[in-house]
Formats: sequence, structure tokens, C-alpha cells
Amino acid sequence: MTRQFQVSGAPHVAPRTSVALVMLQVLIALAPGVAAHAWYFGPGILIQILLATVFALLFESLMLRLRNRPLKPFINDFSAVVTAVLFALCIPPQAPWWISCIGMLFAIVFAKHLYGGLGQNVFNPAMVAYVVVLISFPQVMTAWLPPASLAENSLGLMDSLVSILGGQPGTGWDAISRATPLDLLKNGIEAGQVMPDILRSPVFGVLGGLGWEWVAIWFGVGGLFLLYRRVISWHVPVSVIGSVLLFSLPFWLLNPEGNPMPLQHVFSGAILLAAFFIATDPVSGCVSNTGRLVFGAGVGIITLVIRRWGGYPDGVAFAILLMNMAAPLIDRYTRPRMYGE
Amino acid sequence: MKGSRIHHFHGGLRLRHNKKISCQVPVERPPLPEELTVPLLQHAGSAASPLIRVGDTVLKGQPIGFCEPSAAVHSPVSGTVMAIEDRPMSHPSGLPGPCVVIKPDGREQWVELQPVDDWLNASPEQLIDQIQHCGLAGLGGAVFPTHAKMRDARQRHIHTLILNGAECEPYISCDEMLMREQPDRIILGARILRRAMGAERVLVAIEDQMGAVHHALSRAAASSESKNITVVKVPMIYPEGGERQLVEVLTGLQVPAGGRPSDLGMVCQNVATAAAVAEAVTEGKPLIERYVTVTGNGIAQPRNLLALFGTPFSHLVESCGGYKPDVSRLVVGGPMMGFPVATDDNPVVKASNCLLALTADDVREPQAEMPCIRCGECARVCPASLLPQQLHLQVRNGLWDAAGEYGLSACIECGCCDLICPSHIPLVDWFRYGKGEMRTREREALASEQARKRFENREARLLRRKQERAEKMAERKKALKSKTAQQDRIQASITRAKSRVATPAGNDPSATGDGKNQ
Amino acid sequence: MLTSVLLLTLLGLVFGLGLGWASVRFKVDSDPLVERIDALLPQTQCGQCNYPGCRPYAEAISRDEADINQCPPGGEAGIRALADLLGREVKPLNPENGEEKARTVVKIDEQRCIGCTLCIQACPVDAIVGAAKLMHTVIQSECTGCDLCLPPCPVDCIDIVEVRSGIRDWQTPRPGDRLNLRLLS
Repeated sequence: MTRQFQVSGAPHVAPRTSVALVMLQVLIALAPGVAAHAWYFGPGILIQILLATVFALLFESLMLRLRNRPLKPFINDFSAVVTAVLFALCIPPQAPWWISCIGMLFAIVFAKHLYGGLGQNVFNPAMVAYVVVLISFPQVMTAWLPPASLAENSLGLMDSLVSILGGQPGTGWDAISRATPLDLLKNGIEAGQVMPDILRSPVFGVLGGLGWEWVAIWFGVGGLFLLYRRVISWHVPVSVIGSVLLFSLPFWLLNPEGNPMPLQHVFSGAILLAAFFIATDPVSGCVSNTGRLVFGAGVGIITLVIRRWGGYPDGVAFAILLMNMAAPLIDRYTRPRMYGE
Repeated sequence: MKGSRIHHFHGGLRLRHNKKISCQVPVERPPLPEELTVPLLQHAGSAASPLIRVGDTVLKGQPIGFCEPSAAVHSPVSGTVMAIEDRPMSHPSGLPGPCVVIKPDGREQWVELQPVDDWLNASPEQLIDQIQHCGLAGLGGAVFPTHAKMRDARQRHIHTLILNGAECEPYISCDEMLMREQPDRIILGARILRRAMGAERVLVAIEDQMGAVHHALSRAAASSESKNITVVKVPMIYPEGGERQLVEVLTGLQVPAGGRPSDLGMVCQNVATAAAVAEAVTEGKPLIERYVTVTGNGIAQPRNLLALFGTPFSHLVESCGGYKPDVSRLVVGGPMMGFPVATDDNPVVKASNCLLALTADDVREPQAEMPCIRCGECARVCPASLLPQQLHLQVRNGLWDAAGEYGLSACIECGCCDLICPSHIPLVDWFRYGKGEMRTREREALASEQARKRFENREARLLRRKQERAEKMAERKKALKSKTAQQDRIQASITRAKSRVATPAGNDPSATGDGKNQ
Repeated sequence: MLTSVLLLTLLGLVFGLGLGWASVRFKVDSDPLVERIDALLPQTQCGQCNYPGCRPYAEAISRDEADINQCPPGGEAGIRALADLLGREVKPLNPENGEEKARTVVKIDEQRCIGCTLCIQACPVDAIVGAAKLMHTVIQSECTGCDLCLPPCPVDCIDIVEVRSGIRDWQTPRPGDRLNLRLLS
């Protein structure tokens, strides 16, 4: 008796993981940070995530259709959703809806599909989108709300919806938006104020901005989950945080009055989000472990340089895009030694 | 002592080993099949030429094929040669090849066996000859002819013989069963191999979960009254049983790229090969059977069998209670490196260590590939420290120079990168294709270089001949010319004399030419 | 205004000189063009390109007398390699020169061979052995499949045969590009 069997290449083992599973775990890891964000800054962020996701999937399916690619596997891989969520986390929660639309247009169409789709993009799509809207619409993009506990009249779900879908910054919005902790820090230092005076502002918490520090901590917790699940390797986060600490330490030691504490740097702005979720993006980052260390260090140092001397209060997005450009070169020079060589 | 400490190699995976299901019952011989198909090509090397004709009667253990640099092939039964023809031969290609088809007569009559009488005093060359005549080849799966490996080892200074009992692929348990059931024979084989190759010590590497095996082998080693045989447990991280990885685990040294363990003074042999060596030398028995694991979720009663070469897979499966209804894939070898066969009428050969019947749930769907997201997991698990994601792009785009530079040829095809890949890219398939393509290219480049040289040589020869002919012609012409010139001179002087007679003053050199023209 | 013009001119001069110096100083010595072209040709020596061998064709290409699409045995891959080397456009094989075929070798039917030596003289790579009035035979491993021995044979005793691909020459086939991904490196 001869039987026919299916023939396919080795290994003959069911796979352990998939792109969708990787992306899904990233989304799960983002959840605590998102929840903290909503807790401190109102439900706007949730609406933004929803909006950005809808736009991202829309553009994704459009591009897949135009490029003659199968829809199902690429929509189901959640990569567009991750991009959307990361982008939504970077923009002010009350930003009008078209910010998301333009952002996702650039993220999905330009940064992702025009480079060849999933796995081919040189730059992190979420960061490309963020930088595009930041440069194009500086006024909208710098209007942040203070934590709910500081606001006289915090925005509820309906207020947020009206503000976002209204299409332009509402009249009441100007009144309640405030400078972010990093803005205050930068302006204060440039105006020659000393650190203790600057930190007296109510927007500061213990380590970073009030509320912001907790959002950052929860992103860190999510990141630890990713590390535990081996979705990301420790190299990038350790190198980003380590380089921020090491690079800011001498400035602070020499002049503690004119420079923030190293830990303050880590817990303010997007450092922790970037360290665990954005700089770890495998597609636009480095592959070898040594390369990842270099990449992370580059992100940390460039961010601090921009914070200290640049024109923007935070520089994570620019730092990541700059390092994205350098990634292939870093990979080339950090090729691991082959067995027996 | 060096070797007693355990080292680590880069990468690798911890896999579910699924070995217990096939280790529950002792190993037995299945009943004789109705017909055996013995391929004449069972090793690295070229096919053996048949020593028998259709219709011949053969005895069990009689040589039926021989090939000088490679190993001999013997009849596994006594019976009649029914055919010598191309049949499926358990090769990854699925292509048929020359096979000897034997119908057993059931008498199991052996040829006269010629053991080496006193191996302790026999010369190493005699031992190696005996091993060659008995058709031994590496039974771990690579089937490199044992005698060739030993001859190579003798030419270098070998200090360590490593017996590989670290059967790292999931499901396969034939070596474990052999080590449990025949520890003395393995140790005896190790001593013979050590003597034949001039090594000093023997390291027997087994997996750290094989407690019973460790006990059995250690006792056998102690009772053999032979020193310097150590049984070492190595951690179960696939592919620690790969030759290069095992050398690194045991010694911390890496085999040089493109080299062999003998460059470090070490030789690896499989434990089953050692047992076969003992049989070949002390009993004169040629290699005609081996332990085969028949297992997997598609088999009713998984177990190990002592199968004669040439037994069809279907016969082995029947002896294990047949297939389960949801079987979908039949693999020769382990799940990581084995190759699938389309039908179960392929025969057991020297390389067949395991027959694995899998259901659809056990395996990856053949079509579910996504683009690479450069996660780098493949590089993390690669035991050869390569960059599989780069190699994949290079092979896919035909960048052969780059692939060579990034070490494609150093890939051991272990499948770790493939298994871990979240995009489900068939990396091993790509690398196997790439390696084959690179070999073909090298061969073609060599052939074209040779053709170029031959063409240039021929051109040069033709040119030389033409020149020679031209020279000869010129010489002849010159000779002819000199003859005419001489006559011309005579003629000229005659003319001169005549003209002198006519006109007294006329010593003009042009007169010669004029004279010639006349 | 004037200063910036001067400055730019000066900069242009300095960089120009620097580049000129570098091009002389760091000149990469490479094989002559003919050698590099010849290395890309299949060395079949079949003459289908209208030149009496691969090297003459290479010389003709380097003198710009021949196009890069005249070599059927090299096929599309060969044209691509030549285009790459010479920085030209890839173009399809010129059908006047023949078409790309699977590699073959020739075999002499020894029963019919009369030993005329005409094929020996025609073979560009000396792959046929034999002597006058004696049977000839082809050294198959040296045969390039140029088929130049076919026309001179007076008794048509030379056959074209496929190169035998045995189980040892077998190689893993190229995996299918299911998603038709054009991956760039």
C-alpha cells in the first residue's frame, strides 16, 4: 500500500509566533500607558487612537489594493494599528481630526507603502507622521492640556469629541491649554531661571511632569512585559535610557541649577515610550545586538542635544528618524563574528 | 581536564523533545518484508556499481555493490535478485536511482563472515580496511563513509574521539535506545575507533536528561578496563548534536570556518556508528540494518525498530500499528532537518534514523509567508552566528558574491531561524536553494574557465602552426630566391662582360637590375 | 556679492583640485575591459555572435563594434551582467544570433563515424579525440555544446544530447514567491 503525503520544506514544526502576534503583544503592552494617559489627561487620547486606527486601516487597504497585494494577511498583521496608536500617543489629545488623517496619510502611504510596505520602510512611520504634522501645524501640535487635576474645567468625553471633530481648535481650548513641563523647562533655562524656580510650577511632579511621569512609568511597565515576552531585546531600551542618564549626568553635576536631573530627563517627554516602543521598531532599527546598542545610544544623545540646544522642547522623534538613516550603516559595521572565523 | 567543563554555543533553541513516546517498548525486528529495495547510492559519493546480476541468489551480508572511494553495499537478506532498476530511494529530491530489488527466501543464510581475529593487535590500516569492506557510514544522518573519515584522521594528529550520542532533534530516539540496550558494544566500538585513529581519549556526549543512558554507558566504560573514556552530559539546546556545536560545547573551541574538527585534533562519530564498528571488526558483520525510530502523532504505536536496509517505510509503519487517520506528512529524519517523502514506498537506507508521521496540526501551513520585519530573532538563534535575514535577501535577489561573503556556505541548515521567524519565511528552503545554486555557479565558472584555457591554447597552437608553416614557406622561397639570385649574378656578370665589350665605361649598379629584367 | 562669488569660485577650485588629486592618487587598477568582458561570457566558443570565439567577441564589444545581446548561450543573465559592467541598457537577445537553450553536449555515434577528423578540426576547445581513419569520441566533460562539429561531419554521426543531471547534481528548487514580494536589499 502506498500513500501520498504532503511535501514541504523543513522544519516540520508548527511556528511559535507570527507578525500579528508580535504586533498584538506590542498593543497589549501599550495599554497601561494609554490608560494612564486617559486617567490624567482625559478621554481624548482614546478618541485619537480610534481615529488614527480608522484612518490607518483605510489608507492601508487603499495602498494594498493599489499595489495589488492581498488585503487579509496585511490588515490582520496589526502593524498599521501599532503605527496609529504610537502616533496618537504623540499628538495632543484634543487635536482636530484632520491631524490624524494627515498623519496617517504620511505614515501609511508615504513612509510605509511607497518604500515597499511592511518590512521595507527605512523610517519609523509613526515618527515620520508626527514630525510632518509637528512642522506643518506647530500651533495645534503644541497646544497640550494640563493634567485633569490642574485644569479648572477638565474636558469630558463629549467635550473632547466636539473639540476633535470640530475640525479646529475650539475657542475654549486656547484658554485651557498650557505649556508642557518640557516647554517650561526649556523656556525657563533659556530665560536664565534656576532649576528650583522652574520646578516650582504646578505642572511638575516628582520626577517629570505631573501626570506625565506616571504615563511614562506605565509605558515602562508595558516595556518590561515586552522584554519578558522576548518581543524586544534589552539592548535598545537599556542603551537609550543609559545614554540619557550618562550624557546628562556631567551637565547636572557641573551645574545642577541650570540643568535638569538625569532621572528627570528619563521620565519626562517621550523617552520611555521611545525606549521601549519606538526605537525598538525592528524594521527601521538595527539588527545586531551591538548595532542596537549604538542605535539606542544615538537616540538618547540626539534627543538630549535637541532638548538642550535645539529649537524643540523634545527631540525623540527627530533623534529616531536620524538614527533610522544611520541604521543600515551601523548594521554594516557591527556584523557579528561568524562561527569559526 | 579539558573537556570536563561544559561550554556554550551561540544561539540554538529549546525544543519540546517528544522522545518518550517512542521509548516505551524494547526494540524489535519487524517481520521480513516481501521485497527489499536496496539503493546503490546511500552515502556521500557516487553510486556503487552492482556486483550481482538479475536472477542471482544472494546470501545475507553478501556484497552487492562496491565503489572504491565510497563504502560497500551488502544484501540485507538471503534471497534472489529480482531486478536492478531505478526506484525511489529515500533521497530529498524524491528522484529515483539505481536500486537492487531482492526477494528474501526466508532462510536468512549468512555469508561466511570474516572478523578481525585480534583487534587489539591488528594494524590500524587493517581495521580501517575491515570497516570499509563492511560498508560503514556515519549513522547520524550525514552518511559520510567512516573509513574515509578515519583515513583523513590518521593523517592528522588526533587526540580526541567524540562519540555523539546527543540526539538533539525532537522525536528521534534510536540512538538513545541503542545506548540503553547496547552500551558495551558502543564502548567496544569506541575503543576500536580510538585505536584505529590513534586518538588518546574518548568523550561520549549524551543529553543531560538521559539518566539511564549515562548510568549504562559509564558502567560499560568502567568494566571495559580501558582508561580515558568519559561520558559527558551536555545541555539540551538544539542543535547541540551538530558536529561543530558539540565540539564547542565540549571544548570551548570553534572549528575553523571551512575546516573540520580534525583541524583541532578531534573526530566525531555517532554512537550507532561505533556500535556498527564493533560488530564489523569483532564479528565481521557488514552494515545491513539499523535502529529506526517510527514515531509522530500520525503513528498508532510509536516505537523503535531494528530495520533491514531496503525495507519499505510502509512495512515499518504496519509493524507499528499503522497510521492514524489524520496523518498528513511523512518525514525522513527529525522535524527540524528531515525531508518529506511523497510516498511511503521509499526504503530504509543507512541515513534513515527516523520516520516521522505528522498531522496537519503539527506542522506549519506551507503557504503563510509575510515580509521580513527584521526582528533579528533569526540571528539570535543561529548556531553558526550568521545573519539569516541578510542571507535571505541576498539569495532571493541573486546577490551571490554578498551571500558568499556573509557565510552562506557556513549555514548548517538546522532550521532554528526558520522556526523562530515571525514572518514564516521558509529560510532553510532558501538557504538550501542558495547553497545549491552557488555550487552550480562555482562548477560552471570552473568549466568555463577551463573552456577558455583550452580555446586559448588551441588558438595559440593554430597560430604557432601557421607561423611555422609561413616560416617554412619563407625559407623555401628564400632558398629558391637565392638560387635564382645566383643565376642572376652569373647572368649579370655575363651581361656586364658583354656590355664592357660594347661600351668601355659602364659600372652602374642599376645595370644588374636591368640585366635581371632582360 | 563679489566676495560670495569669489568664495564659491575658490571653493570650486579647491574641491576640484582635491578631487583631481584623489582620482590620480587612489586610482583603482583593474583588469583591462576586454578581460572583464571575457570573464562574463560563457566561453562556449560557439561563434553564434558572429565572432570566432568568446574573446574576439569581447574585443569587439570593447571596441564598440558589437552589441551586448549577441550571445545566446549567455542568455538573459549574461546580457544583464554585460549591461551592468558597461553601464548600458539591458536589451533582449538578438534573435539573429539564435535563442537561449538548455545546455547540451554532443556525442559521436561510434558505429557511423568514418574517422575523417573534420570534427576534430572544427572543435574550438579540443574536446574531440581521435585520428585519421580511427573512431573519434567526444570528451563530454570538456564539450561546451557549441555544435560547431555538426556541419562538417559528412556522415551525420554526431548527436546533440541533454546534459545528464543525475541525483548528485540535484539541487533544492527555488522556493515560490507566493506574495510576489520584490524585496530590495
